[in-house]
Amino acid sequence: MSAPDFQQDFFQLLGLPQNFRLDNALLEQHYHALQEQVHPDKFSHLSEAERRVSMQWATRVNEAYQTLSNPAMRARYLLSLRGIDIQDENNTAMPAEFLMEQMEWREAIEEARQARDAAGLDKLEARLQHDMYGLETQLAARIDDSRDYVEAAGDVRKLRFMEKLAQEIASALDAIDTD
Amino acid sequence: MALLQISEPGLSPAPHEHRLAVGIDLGTTNSLVATVRNGISVVLNDENGRALLPSVVRYLADGSTRVGEAAQTVQSEDPANTIISVKRFMGRGLSDIGGVNGLPYRFVDAPGMVQLRTVAGVKSPVEVSAEILKVLRARAEAALGGSLTGAVITVPAYFDDAQRQATKDAAKLAGLNVLRLLNEPTAAAIAYGLDNAAEGLYAVYDLGGGTFDISILKLSRGVFEVLAANGNSALGGDDFDHRIYCWLLEKNGLSALGASDTRLLLTRARAAKEELTEHAETRVTAILQSGEAIDTVLARQDFHDMSQNLVARTLQPMRRALRDAGLKVEDIKGVVMVGGATRMPQVQRAVAEFFGQAPLTNLDPDKVVALGAAIQANVLAGNRGGDDWLLLDVIPLSLGIETMGGLSEKIIPRNSTIPTARAQDFTTFRDGQTAMSIHVVQGERELVSDCRSLAKFELRGIPPMVAGAARIRITFQVDADGLLNVSARELGSGVEAAITVKPSYGLSDTEITRMLQDSSQYAQDDMQLRTLREHQVEARQLLEAVQNALEQDGTELLDETEQTRIRGSMDELRALLQTDDHHAIKRAITRLNDATTAFAQARMDKSVSRALGGRKLTDLEI
Repeated sequence: MSAPDFQQDFFQLLGLPQNFRLDNALLEQHYHALQEQVHPDKFSHLSEAERRVSMQWATRVNEAYQTLSNPAMRARYLLSLRGIDIQDENNTAMPAEFLMEQMEWREAIEEARQARDAAGLDKLEARLQHDMYGLETQLAARIDDSRDYVEAAGDVRKLRFMEKLAQEIASALDAIDTD
Repeated sequence: MALLQISEPGLSPAPHEHRLAVGIDLGTTNSLVATVRNGISVVLNDENGRALLPSVVRYLADGSTRVGEAAQTVQSEDPANTIISVKRFMGRGLSDIGGVNGLPYRFVDAPGMVQLRTVAGVKSPVEVSAEILKVLRARAEAALGGSLTGAVITVPAYFDDAQRQATKDAAKLAGLNVLRLLNEPTAAAIAYGLDNAAEGLYAVYDLGGGTFDISILKLSRGVFEVLAANGNSALGGDDFDHRIYCWLLEKNGLSALGASDTRLLLTRARAAKEELTEHAETRVTAILQSGEAIDTVLARQDFHDMSQNLVARTLQPMRRALRDAGLKVEDIKGVVMVGGATRMPQVQRAVAEFFGQAPLTNLDPDKVVALGAAIQANVLAGNRGGDDWLLLDVIPLSLGIETMGGLSEKIIPRNSTIPTARAQDFTTFRDGQTAMSIHVVQGERELVSDCRSLAKFELRGIPPMVAGAARIRITFQVDADGLLNVSARELGSGVEAAITVKPSYGLSDTEITRMLQDSSQYAQDDMQLRTLREHQVEARQLLEAVQNALEQDGTELLDETEQTRIRGSMDELRALLQTDDHHAIKRAITRLNDATTAFAQARMDKSVSRALGGRKLTDLEI
């Protein structure tokens, strides 16, 4: 049997305009309203056909929410709807200055990890969040206002690099906690 | 005795019929069953008024079993055949279980899951758990006066796929229809949240007999959303008993005790632990097999000191869960305590210190999980209460696949809201390659060897092509029970690749069937009758569901031909219900399900477009 025909994109599905800037409260409200309708818990006493359709829809709604609630994923998805592939898998050619910064970040994280400096890692994380927020603001202007998608694609690639740094900080904190 | 309900002629009785559904907390130390009666969730007691059924099963030479109190009281006389804390073995191999040497059982290292040799034969932990569930099922059916539509069974949030599957298999073996596997802390949050109309961010700290969970939930307007779960599925109250036990050995200069003495002292250790919740010190007395008398006084402070690092081990998962949820301790509005082990003062103090607030203890930590599970079961069975609510839970551990070099590539990250799916494309490594094997693992570590192996899949029948030309899409789907299903398809040629599932753990369907047949309760005829009954119940529920769907949306969403086709399938199934041919009934059920798939999708499309209340996109423009 085939999956339901999901014609709508994630923005349509969640009843939101196709913009990078997003009303987070409204996103959550619509997400909950949709899950109220499609979640498997609402169908467990019904036919197998209805249970199957419910699981497919609930999965789809979760995927949509996950994509739109994360800025980098949302930007990447939005650009793909407008025909821009950000090529984050193979286009790793980044400005030299940015790559230098990345190396400095990595060293700082590694140093803090070695020194078991949880407070230091927390500070790095706060700084990273601040930088990411700045990049998101720039991204919003480039996507929603000036519609400069090529520059925006570069920003998304940077944002994904920074997300990886955030993950490294989290796993460094985990590692400190484990020993 | 329940009265038979008869509906008015011409009206469907379905919407008013109350379906019997229960919530079962299958615990390491104790198990219990609850149900919703007159809108209130209540625990069902045994004939002696006891709510807790000790999770202890004794096997006798004649093949019969004793479960609960009757088994518990003789545990030190017959330790090898009296299984306690079997939950620790569910979905686990021998090498996964710590401290096997100290246990009195005769383990059989079966592939995937360990087994136990008893006087009544070799038993899987699944079979042992099923014995406990059977007693609870019988208790519920006696109390409610009818057979159960289904049950919600709770599992620790940090249980992996193998442990969840084993629990579901045990329920199946006990003749229960599993409506849902529900995470224990989530069940507690439902019971607490609905009772107290709680709103905001809550932590549930659940320290049971053998498992520890921490869940962070956001409660808002009837939505229970789990933001993060963490824990340790091998840490619980049992470990505190063990600390006292080791201390007793040291204090009395004992070593290498026999199995009976070990059980005796562990029982005394547990009693001492419970005493110390109320008293500053306690006296431990016992007479060993050798005749030697033990008489030792244990002070609360000494117990706290010796168990300090056990309490500390619960703090790390708490920090991780908060970090995963992107929250700080100050954000947490309340901390719900669950599990008998949270009665220990040192645990309460550590939690209070961590969160900077006294934990909520205005509920019974032994019962709250079962009460929450019963509320969920009532809704899932189709008995709608006045207030509707939604539960969004997560998968606790990342799912990954093995890549070159023995590394795990994460495909579904931990704390993803379920149900969830991820499609991943693979290609061939060599020219003309027609098969590939995929290894699915669960866990956070980078090396596959440090993760839990879930299953190995072999894809065969890939059309021969040059290396890298084939495109095989594998879809990993995690359902609302947190269980993984995998399917595969070759995209380039359109050829469906055959998929062979070789679970690294657990039981195959054939093994389950064998266990059902082995069980002395089910002779061949009983099996047939049981299958027939199950199919009849399923058929009636399906007919009722389709009838309701047709009444609601039939004329709107279907044309005459489609309606006639569905009604035809219904008539066919109805006619077969008069026979006792369970094969034919099953086939007719499948046909009716297939006939209504498009209709189900159309109904869902309608619900989805109605969900956002007819608002137009233009109204939402910022």
